[in-house]
Amino acid sequence: MSEHTITTNDMADPAARTALVATLDATPGASKPDPILVVDKIVRQFGGMTAVDVGHLEVQRGIITALIGPNGAGKTTFFNLITGFDKPTSAKQGAHWSFDGRKLDKTSASSVAQAGMVRTFQLTKALSRMTVIENMMLGAQNQAGENLFKSMFHGVWRAQEREIEAKADELLDRFKLLEKKHDYAGSLSGGQRKLLEMARALMSDPKMIMLDEPMAGVNPALTQSLLGHIQTLRDEGMTVLFVEHDMHVVRHISDWVAVMAEGRLVAEGAADTVMSNPAVIDAYLGAHHDTDLGDDALLSDDALEEIEAEVAAEEAERQAEEQAEGLR
Amino acid sequence: MLVAPLMVLLGQSSAGAVDTLCLPGPDKACIAGTLRTEDGVLPDVTITVTDEAGTAQEAVTSDTGKWSVQVDKEGTYTVALDKTTLPKDLDVAKSEITVQAKFGATLPALFDVRTSSYDASTSKVDELVQSGVNGLRLGLLLALASVGLSLIYGTTGLSNFAHAEQVTLGGVLGYLFVNSWGLNLWIGGVLVVLACAFTGYFQDRVLWQPLRRRGLGLTQMIIVTIGLSLSLQYVFQYFLGAGTVRVVQDNPSVRTFGSVTITNQSLVAMAISIVVLAAVGFALLRTRIGRATRAVSDNPALASASGIDTDKVIRLVWTVAMGLAGLSGILYALVVNGIKWDSGLQILLLLFAAVTLGGLGTAFGALLGALVIGLVVEVSPVVGMPGDFKYATALLILILLLLVRPQGLLGKPQRVG
Amino acid sequence: MDTIQGILNGMMRETLSPQTAAVAIAVIGLNIHLGFTGLLNFGQAGFMLLGAYGMAISVWHGLPFAVGILFGLGAALIFALVLGVPTLKLRGDYLAIVTISAAEILRYVGRSSLLSDFTGAAQGIPGSQYRTPFTSLSLFGSGSFTLWPFNYLDVAGGAAWVRILGWIVLVALVVGLVYVLRGKAGLAGGAKVGAAVVLGVLAVLLVFFLFPVPNQSTGVNGWWVRFVAWTLVALCTFLVFLLVRSPWGRLLRGVREDEDAIRSLGKNVFSIKMQALIIGGLFGAIGGMIYVLPASTQPDSMGRSLTFFCYTALLIGGAATIFGPVLGSLIFFGCRIGIKYTASAYIPDSVMNAQQTEQFSYIVVGVALMLIVIFRPQGILGNKRELRFDV
Repeated sequence: MSEHTITTNDMADPAARTALVATLDATPGASKPDPILVVDKIVRQFGGMTAVDVGHLEVQRGIITALIGPNGAGKTTFFNLITGFDKPTSAKQGAHWSFDGRKLDKTSASSVAQAGMVRTFQLTKALSRMTVIENMMLGAQNQAGENLFKSMFHGVWRAQEREIEAKADELLDRFKLLEKKHDYAGSLSGGQRKLLEMARALMSDPKMIMLDEPMAGVNPALTQSLLGHIQTLRDEGMTVLFVEHDMHVVRHISDWVAVMAEGRLVAEGAADTVMSNPAVIDAYLGAHHDTDLGDDALLSDDALEEIEAEVAAEEAERQAEEQAEGLR
Repeated sequence: MLVAPLMVLLGQSSAGAVDTLCLPGPDKACIAGTLRTEDGVLPDVTITVTDEAGTAQEAVTSDTGKWSVQVDKEGTYTVALDKTTLPKDLDVAKSEITVQAKFGATLPALFDVRTSSYDASTSKVDELVQSGVNGLRLGLLLALASVGLSLIYGTTGLSNFAHAEQVTLGGVLGYLFVNSWGLNLWIGGVLVVLACAFTGYFQDRVLWQPLRRRGLGLTQMIIVTIGLSLSLQYVFQYFLGAGTVRVVQDNPSVRTFGSVTITNQSLVAMAISIVVLAAVGFALLRTRIGRATRAVSDNPALASASGIDTDKVIRLVWTVAMGLAGLSGILYALVVNGIKWDSGLQILLLLFAAVTLGGLGTAFGALLGALVIGLVVEVSPVVGMPGDFKYATALLILILLLLVRPQGLLGKPQRVG
Repeated sequence: MDTIQGILNGMMRETLSPQTAAVAIAVIGLNIHLGFTGLLNFGQAGFMLLGAYGMAISVWHGLPFAVGILFGLGAALIFALVLGVPTLKLRGDYLAIVTISAAEILRYVGRSSLLSDFTGAAQGIPGSQYRTPFTSLSLFGSGSFTLWPFNYLDVAGGAAWVRILGWIVLVALVVGLVYVLRGKAGLAGGAKVGAAVVLGVLAVLLVFFLFPVPNQSTGVNGWWVRFVAWTLVALCTFLVFLLVRSPWGRLLRGVREDEDAIRSLGKNVFSIKMQALIIGGLFGAIGGMIYVLPASTQPDSMGRSLTFFCYTALLIGGAATIFGPVLGSLIFFGCRIGIKYTASAYIPDSVMNAQQTEQFSYIVVGVALMLIVIFRPQGILGNKRELRFDV
């Protein structure tokens, strides 16, 4: 995937990454030399249940950080909280988080994105009844034509529109979606939608991209290409934070891993060492301490089955949709 | 219109309901009205209209309680009601009112006719108690209909705009069974509920379930309910005309408890409502099917995955909801003494207000919301709200509540993402 | 033959009436809400009522006509803000319930006898109180004329064969037009546009040849108000075309598809929805002003039913299309009156009396609304794939 590398940064060099990661303290909430995201005392309760209770977390700039944890650990809720899609219960009790030195405590989802932290969703939010290129062009920031009063005058936004389209074409080409440019996003496969969503997020030139389960529902063939894209982003200097429960993926591409369980941050560490952390094994397997999480055979079957089930479910859904459409 | 404390309602110009005897012209104005108490219209009452110069014209109310006078000068007119021509047990709070006549318009003149047991010096407290009871009665009737509306919303996500027409249907069938066919009121009432419940079953069978299966979006479904509501309204009007029909002919007898006056029919209606609502509540909380309903309401996908036949539950919800709406309709027709093609339409927004106020999709919330709305509608005129704003007040409270607590009184805050 | 001619003449009069144009403008506004942004506004009649009141009350109380229009638009703008602030951050159905409730509150307030001096209560404000400044602007002078002066009555005295021949040619022209527009005639570019324009103009001329419409030039309900109303329809349609092809329009459709996705891309969804609500509401207000110019400003004439008729018209024409609202309104009003006249002409009074034909036409409207939504949600002009509208 290195042929896509446009700009290089220090973190593109695996040795430099290994060296950096080795200096990091492998305790939950440890401080990082150059954090891009810092989160403090963020609590979210639903009724009586505490979904998220993270005391402190820092995300290092320029590397791929994975956020893992068993189902219901509060990973997605945590994502929603820091991206402004949900409000912490602890809003007035010392919840603070900042991105790239900018406070985000009271900012809305849209300002979070404008600050340079763009996310994707676990259930892909492709805008189905718009074409792929329209989806892409919505991602661009500061469009004059999106102002109500300027929008009526074609001349005001024509030039910018062309620039945006050129940029979108470039990204679509890179994500192998260019030939689908004028198709409705709804006609894409699940994996292609994930790619589209990622490409759309990149239209805004974010500093950090947050991917919520980028591999869920993607067929295994596309998974490799998605992983490649994520690594390329890092090599270009972007910070990546992603939620995932597939251990293969995590071990394969992440530089640093944070583990959540029951809403709390229970461990942090380099990808290959964190799996043997007792707290992590506890979180994943409860009492069955004797099983080694590094055992691929144990996890892969589950993970594969899960992927297959998701792919099948999505396929069935699409067929049903097509049938319903045929009736019209 | 529900429980206007024995009031004369005038100028109710909903779609030709008023057969105006006087037509205003470019140099003519009309002063007109209908004299009515809660029990019905008042014929043969003399009304005198006097202009500024002292010239008087007399009018006598017709068999439908209507009267009108044509005047050919603009200006102030004094309209006086001759108390001696009123039936013995009735009295009017203010027998003289003034009206500003304008050319080309029919001006309403309102008289507040009350039973003579009404004491002009009634204390505010007594008025509050009376309107509170009236509010409770309206609230219970609204609750019957809104619980069903809320259950449908909860289980299918659909805001059913045709729900109010089911209420009208209950009253109209009551008129058909009891008044036209001469069935006993109790038997007729049971038949009405059964027939309405069947319409619910039938609707879900031929319309809603197939549409759900086709994956029709919720917005589209809402618009389908609007289409259904429009056609039903005009079907009622097609057969009934624009007038009011009554389920029973004889005037109801009245009971007095302290300062509260209430008809026997209202008492029975309230008792039935309470029993039925309690039964629905019990069923939801304690029976298997009730728990299944609440599970579907909470999370349809999860309920379906855990082996609940959601289609069956939804079919049952439609059946019960329409049965309840029908019951509400016939009780409403009995309590307010009549039903019109648009009676349901008049309370549709109160139903939505009740459901939203309680929290969309929570059955007990709808019950609470309905009681609140009923009380607001009846009590607000007593505490100083102008009478014609009482529905507006209820809707305004809904909007204000949404500002503060969008999930409603009993709703849970929603999750995003 | 003459009965059919009579019915068709009636339909023609109804489709050309200023009321149809007024509703078309309101539907253009509703299309911005529902079609492009996915906002369930069930209070469009409320916006119309405010526009009408703003204009009528101001002029009635002696303010200039232009100020009245500004008041009408201002009232609609404030109404949109008041509705939008509490609800646009909530789920779509809250907006539906709040808009329909607020529109009803307006109607109740308008009906209230407390405000007779301003609103004329339930009787409303007679048109004669506010129409004069508008009619005095007329470019058409007094007298009356027929559109189109050359018509079937001039050929063989309006014999049946002239009309039948005319109808056949008209159908042929329309079929040809559809054929050309769908690109099946093998024409492209300029040739296609040229052929479409020629066929379209011929068809319109032929319509007026077959169904001439006589009217006063100015008067209460004459050509002047029709001219202004339909010019406004054209202007509003053009404005919507400019708006929705722009990035702003793309943003609207993005919000319709998925708000959260748009939010995650750094766009202020609340502000976009508010803009859409205001723009659509202003169109509603303009529609309301036109609606009351040839009639009186009566609160009950702008109630829920009118909103629902707007929905029907929009869905017939096709939501999220440029010309759908106009086409839908023409068809809605034309067909409803056609059904009514047909029923009264051919169904004996013993089966259906004059009053019942009116109700029958509305029953058909309701059923038609259901059938369209179920079987052809994209309407006549909609694109099948894009326009499975859903919020």
